[in-house]
Amino acid sequence: MKALSVPFRPAGRFHIAVFAVVVFAIAAFGTYRASAQKGDPAADTIKQSNYAALADAPAKAREKKNPFAGDPQAVAAGGKLFEQHCAECHGMKAGGTRKGPSLLREEVQQATPGTLFWILSNGVVRRGMPVWSKLPEQRRWQIVTFLQSLKAQSSDSPTEKPMPH
Amino acid sequence: MVAHAISESIRQKFPLSSLVLLFSFLAFFRPALLAQESPYIVTYDHYLEEPGSLEVEYFSTFGTQRGGNDFHAFWAEFEYGATAWWTTELYLDGQTTFQDNTVFTGFRWENRFRLLQREHLVNPVLYIEYEQINGADKILKEIEGHDVESDFADSNATLRKEHNHELELKLLLSSSFKGWNVAVNPIVTKNLLPSEPWEFAYAVGASRPLALQASSKRCNFCRENFVAGVEMYGGLGDTQSAGLRDTSHYLAPVVAWNLPSDWTVRVSSGFGLNDNSHRLLLRWGLSREFSGFGEMIGRWFGGGR
Repeated sequence: MKALSVPFRPAGRFHIAVFAVVVFAIAAFGTYRASAQKGDPAADTIKQSNYAALADAPAKAREKKNPFAGDPQAVAAGGKLFEQHCAECHGMKAGGTRKGPSLLREEVQQATPGTLFWILSNGVVRRGMPVWSKLPEQRRWQIVTFLQSLKAQSSDSPTEKPMPH
Repeated sequence: MVAHAISESIRQKFPLSSLVLLFSFLAFFRPALLAQESPYIVTYDHYLEEPGSLEVEYFSTFGTQRGGNDFHAFWAEFEYGATAWWTTELYLDGQTTFQDNTVFTGFRWENRFRLLQREHLVNPVLYIEYEQINGADKILKEIEGHDVESDFADSNATLRKEHNHELELKLLLSSSFKGWNVAVNPIVTKNLLPSEPWEFAYAVGASRPLALQASSKRCNFCRENFVAGVEMYGGLGDTQSAGLRDTSHYLAPVVAWNLPSDWTVRVSSGFGLNDNSHRLLLRWGLSREFSGFGEMIGRWFGGGR
């Protein structure tokens, strides 16, 4: 911000170029994301491999105990947090949308609380799931408690319709 | 008197038609994502925008000015989560100097890249910003090099003659532990004129939600919705004269209120720590996150459904 004695030059073309790059970047990624979610086999493969991230949890993380296990208050609080932070991608009933996989599948339902906590904390960044360590540990455990309260469904359960925007 | 001047400047800056346009835009989306926003206004933590989400933010800074007129600087931010590891953001800056006039002062384009896939004790994010602003820019989002209060004492007409193309690089180091977030941002800035030196700066912050557990009911005023903290920022000289001499520094308590209705309000009062600093930088901001923006753009370009 140091003052410079440089004459002001109109830079209209430069502004337009920068704006075009921003719009292009947004459009390109919007298009990419939408096409990856169209229900084509490639997208299904991506969803399948989302569950593979569960296996990446280190043994120490998997063994962590849920401090809220069986606490109905935590289930209710976790449900509220899930609706606020997770339902956009995983669906209001956790059945999955084109943006995120179902959390009712046995891969998730049979995972240990520590594994789910680890996934929440680390995200699956390469596959588009953000890191949720911005939520305090207690709230992440509340979400885990809610997820584990959901009834396990068969692996071929239909996914929810995507949420309208 | 000051309050009247501020309200007058806001009224001038945001005529009715602009408000109608803004609220039409807000009504167009049905947001379904509640962000847990940090309270920082200057410091960055390592959390990026959720992929496909657009966050629209408005911020104000009221600053006192010795040897000149107080000012109200404002900026709009459009922050888009391109991927889970890349966030891109456009800033539009302006300011009103009391007893002077209101001017548009330039734009900034920043990009943040998450460097590591997983969480670690310290999480690095690379921040790259290009800014094209004039000398009248007073948002003071970063205090760099030898920026001091007297730089801003001239009239807008004089300050606008200066024109800066700058590249700004930050390493955002951030750690979350037991509900606390601690962030440290070393900053280097280069005016793109070859004769200009690299400038150095810093921003550090710490924050914590007022309640770590969530309650089972939706609420507006419960403690879990508030995040409080403090940030400190200032300049560290440049390559020709690095150090604390002729630099300014600020200490600012910060609070964020994350509403269940998807709005976030931030307030900060920055106090100058030495004679080179503005005595007070009072900041506030309003933001809202719109999920599904990327998908909507994709559909416009024929990429979806």
